[in-house]
Amino acid sequence: MRYETVIGLEVHCELATDSKIFCSCSAHSYGAEPNSHVCPACCGMPGMLPVVNKRVVDYGMKAGLMLNCHINRVTTFDKKSYYYPDLPAAYQTTQWFAPVAVNGLVEIETSKGKKNVRIKQIHMEEDAGKLVHDIREDTTHVDFNRTSVPLIEIVSQPDLSSAEEVEAYLERLKTLLRYARVAECEMAHGTMRCDVNLSVRPEGSDKLGVRTEMKNMNSIEAIKRAIEYETSRHIDAIENGTEVLVQETRRWDDIKGKSYAMRSKETAGDYRYFPDPNVMPVVIDDKWFDEISESLPEFPEVKRERYMSEYGLSEYDSEQLAKSIALCECFEDAYSVCGSAKDAANWMLSEVMSNLNARQMTYDMLTLNGKALGELITLVVDGKVGRANAKKILNAMFDDASVSPAEYAEKNGFVISNDTGLMDSVIKTMVAADPKAVADYKSGKEKAIMAIYGKCMKELKGNCDPQTLRTKLIEYINSL
Amino acid sequence: MYTVKFDTDAKLKVVADSMILTTDSETNAGSKMLKGYKSLLESEALLKLKAAGYGLCGKTPVGEFAIDLLGETSVDGAYTKDGALMLASADAVKTGDADIALVLDVNGSVRRGTAQSGLISVKPTYGTVSRYGTVPVACSGETVSLIGKTAEDCKNALSVISGHDDKDGTSLSDELCKSALSCGSVKRIAVLKSMTEGADSCVKAKIDAFVNALKENGIEACEIDDTVIVKSRAAWNILMSAELCNNVSRYDGVKYGYRTENFTNLDELYTNSRTEAFGQLLKTAILFGSDTLSTENYMKVYDKALRVRRVVLEAFNKIFGEFDAVLMPACSKMVYTEKDTENKFLSYTENLYTAPASITGLPAVVACGVQLVGKAFSEGALLDTVNAVCKEGK
Ligand SMILES: [Zn+2]
Repeated sequence: MRYETVIGLEVHCELATDSKIFCSCSAHSYGAEPNSHVCPACCGMPGMLPVVNKRVVDYGMKAGLMLNCHINRVTTFDKKSYYYPDLPAAYQTTQWFAPVAVNGLVEIETSKGKKNVRIKQIHMEEDAGKLVHDIREDTTHVDFNRTSVPLIEIVSQPDLSSAEEVEAYLERLKTLLRYARVAECEMAHGTMRCDVNLSVRPEGSDKLGVRTEMKNMNSIEAIKRAIEYETSRHIDAIENGTEVLVQETRRWDDIKGKSYAMRSKETAGDYRYFPDPNVMPVVIDDKWFDEISESLPEFPEVKRERYMSEYGLSEYDSEQLAKSIALCECFEDAYSVCGSAKDAANWMLSEVMSNLNARQMTYDMLTLNGKALGELITLVVDGKVGRANAKKILNAMFDDASVSPAEYAEKNGFVISNDTGLMDSVIKTMVAADPKAVADYKSGKEKAIMAIYGKCMKELKGNCDPQTLRTKLIEYINSL
Repeated sequence: MYTVKFDTDAKLKVVADSMILTTDSETNAGSKMLKGYKSLLESEALLKLKAAGYGLCGKTPVGEFAIDLLGETSVDGAYTKDGALMLASADAVKTGDADIALVLDVNGSVRRGTAQSGLISVKPTYGTVSRYGTVPVACSGETVSLIGKTAEDCKNALSVISGHDDKDGTSLSDELCKSALSCGSVKRIAVLKSMTEGADSCVKAKIDAFVNALKENGIEACEIDDTVIVKSRAAWNILMSAELCNNVSRYDGVKYGYRTENFTNLDELYTNSRTEAFGQLLKTAILFGSDTLSTENYMKVYDKALRVRRVVLEAFNKIFGEFDAVLMPACSKMVYTEKDTENKFLSYTENLYTAPASITGLPAVVACGVQLVGKAFSEGALLDTVNAVCKEGK
């Protein structure tokens, strides 16, 4: 018999807000000293009251709209109770009764073509802390830096049927959420986490099989391995009766390549959800809703198409730029100043890219001022700054976003002088110093002139228009 | 009478009960769990009083998480005089140690204690005084309240602590908070017959005396019947216990507070710390509250209690169409003896009288041994009325 796998995902993404969801502690503590980003509120101490960070709701709405969801105009927060030492108040504030976004749709593309994945809901919640096990001391320490960092949980319908589709779906979520600049979605940093609900049924059947939930996958590769393992475990159980499948939560061990049932104690229990009386319902009025809708970026496909049709860029260049909203915004800003989409794209894909690479920065980390880049491009096109010096200026702009290309060029003597007298005298000196090259040139070896050209350029510190220098040099030699 | 006593030269002295968090002294919420606990933050209301020149003269004990009758479950011991249970914070005012007591009214012990001491207390409209820096128990209804010798003392202190606070998400706008303090006159009062029926003769006499005093002052008092408001108690007990269960879950022996010495693993650490540190009434409330929130009971019990809350408020508002305030007892008798505390759960029935204002968030003023529950934002008018009517304490 042929089987099909039915998969639904619960994806947690850390929202990229500056502060935590209910207090003003910094939400960015990756790699920070344990318990250095905490206060009595996010440590669950008595007397502190939660105050909703409006930015979190902004981001929750943005995520919902990017995933084509309906936004609940009155959204509420609820308490979920359970005991664990990384949960300081013994409850997590989450959204149970009225999540911010529901009924969405995400289009994915795999080798089998395009497919829609339905989104059941997106809810906002606070993260828990982290337990750090110290093997030497045989003790466990608690780090609350991560408690109350805002998360969204994106719950899909069971519309996925293979590891390939799951990968495409996760990549799509990552792209869309990064485009809206609401989340980093980096599994390696723990800013994207994923639980997999999986069941298996005979192909064509409309009845769902026994569902298991898998946790603890730390990379897309691990998720794919876990899905493949779990699928064959289910089929084995159905076909060969190797075991009886039960609805349970299982932990994936990527090193052993196996999933294990978690102790029932770890999963059993009633979360006793109820509305948090300390957090008033959040009412999203039209003004707020419109503000958020209008702030959303175009989808990547739309940008790619527009770059080709409107700006006349190649498909490859458009595709490259559309990979990251940071590249797109920088490119569009540069273009708006320099007026040439081709020049702006060339600079983005050559010089800007190589600067990013040299600094080991991801595309999304680009903070270069696009308008300033446009000014720089204009300086080069107008022949006011040589290309080599322009690269030096760009380097400075990467280090300091406030650098003005024109001022920097001026200050560092990079402005091409119109003083042809200086150019003439340099040409004269350099030609006189290399009679052999002149003789070679005159005897027909045209390339021989390049040595003299290089020396002139160096003497002029690059501050001349290459074409003018070349022309003047040839004229001078020919006049000898 | 005190957990901690301070010397203060301030002209106006305030005593705070042990639900009001302070950074320089112990706040134990009446529980062994928090014995010796010093907060990292201080109550917003207390900070405002201090800024206005009030000096903190002491901290008074409360019953464990302030849900008992009159402090009898306190880790610091019950406070009694001549065999009668007393509310320590009220007695600090009565004896003249303090001009005002800053307290958290969770389950009515504040109003019972005030009524029995012949003092005046005000439980302001929910949301007009910041709850920041108070030990959370039943967040949807508990209110920072004041006890004083005169209505004027209460009103003066209330004008200091009332106001919007960004640190409390349920805090109302300054404009609304201010409106609650405006002067006003109460012309017609409804006497809730269904509430007085179960009270003893001393209480009934207090109600009668108050009605007479009202009439002497030209205020109309009519007996009315109501079958909804008396249902507040059952719903309040559900909501209070559920929220309490959730709020006291944080005391698990891991980070602060009492930790058992008797454990070999995490489950035992949790269970034994809580078993050893919590008293019987609290444990019962936790179990009851936990049960009402279970998946099985949520809709049947908890959600229904939320709906009752709305219905009770509607019943009040209907009465307020005709009347300015509702008169009812604050307790069933004027003295509780230690014999009364043999019934460990008396506070879960005695709160019949205090639950209506707690569940609705309406303002309540206790004076002359009785309780007036008014329209939202009418505490200023209620205090003015008792100031005119009440001869006690003057
Ligand atoms: Zn914090």
